[in-house]
Amino acid sequence: MGDAGNYLAMGGYAAFVWPAYGVALAVLGGFAWYSWRRYRASAEVLEKLQREFRTRR
Amino acid sequence: MINWLANPARFMRWSAAVLPWCGWATVAVLALGLHLALIVVPPDYQQGESVRIMYVHVPAAWMASSVYLFVAVASAVALVWRHPLAEIAAGAAAPIGAAFTFVCLTSGSLWGRPMWGTWWVWDARLTSVLVLFFLYLGYIALVNAFDEPSRGTKAGSVLALVGVVNLPIIKFSVDWWNTLHQPASVMRLGGPRIDPSMLVPLLVMAVGFLLLFVTLLLLGMRADLNERKAFALRVNSVPAPGRVAVPESAVPAQSSMR
Repeated sequence: MGDAGNYLAMGGYAAFVWPAYGVALAVLGGFAWYSWRRYRASAEVLEKLQREFRTRR
Repeated sequence: MINWLANPARFMRWSAAVLPWCGWATVAVLALGLHLALIVVPPDYQQGESVRIMYVHVPAAWMASSVYLFVAVASAVALVWRHPLAEIAAGAAAPIGAAFTFVCLTSGSLWGRPMWGTWWVWDARLTSVLVLFFLYLGYIALVNAFDEPSRGTKAGSVLALVGVVNLPIIKFSVDWWNTLHQPASVMRLGGPRIDPSMLVPLLVMAVGFLLLFVTLLLLGMRADLNERKAFALRVNSVPAPGRVAVPESAVPAQSSMR
């Protein structure tokens, strides 16, 4: 095994270390991505409504 | 100061300025933390490389409890002073806390398998953290269970406050009962009992998780305020006969929030 292979093997604990980091990345990263999308969408909707509201008055 | 910052219109202004800084600081600190945890830190002399799981597990566990305390305090403020921003803060923080708790439980389980020889035991520490996870889920479900948002928030706030009793149980479970889980080695009287080569990366990851929480909290609160404002605009633009009364809690501020 090369250096990279050795590293990825995590001294035999690869099956536990990488999933632990993977779950953290998936859950927290996914949450961050969702939060950002929701925030952008809410800002766009509000902007559109405010523009309509202004032109109607 | 808190009161001054907590005016919804003012909140939208200062949070817009703070948010990008928080976001980039989160990315930078977590990148440094991951570099330290996955590459720089030496393997433990007993646990080998599996010790690297600790750099996710322990900060996630700290955040799981701290965020719950935040939800409970914000709920108390919302109940007592009826502050609209407090209930928005509690509502935005709860799913973040649930996410941290989930990460804590799964990473702990993945560490327990090779080190304890089991994915899960029903001991005091593990069970009380699982209860914390269900408290978060219960709060989120309750807040969203009513047609009128203010009733859901009130019910959720009461649940959040009752659930606070679980926090000292989590903290002291490892001292009060004979658990498989090891006792505290960082936050203990007499100082941390952990080598600086491991303590520093752990604290860097903890700061990274804290920054992530602040970033996600601000994002969630701003999204919620935008949505409430949009809802109020829609309702108010309906012609008079079909007009629906807007619940007061749905409109945090009359002034412009953007």
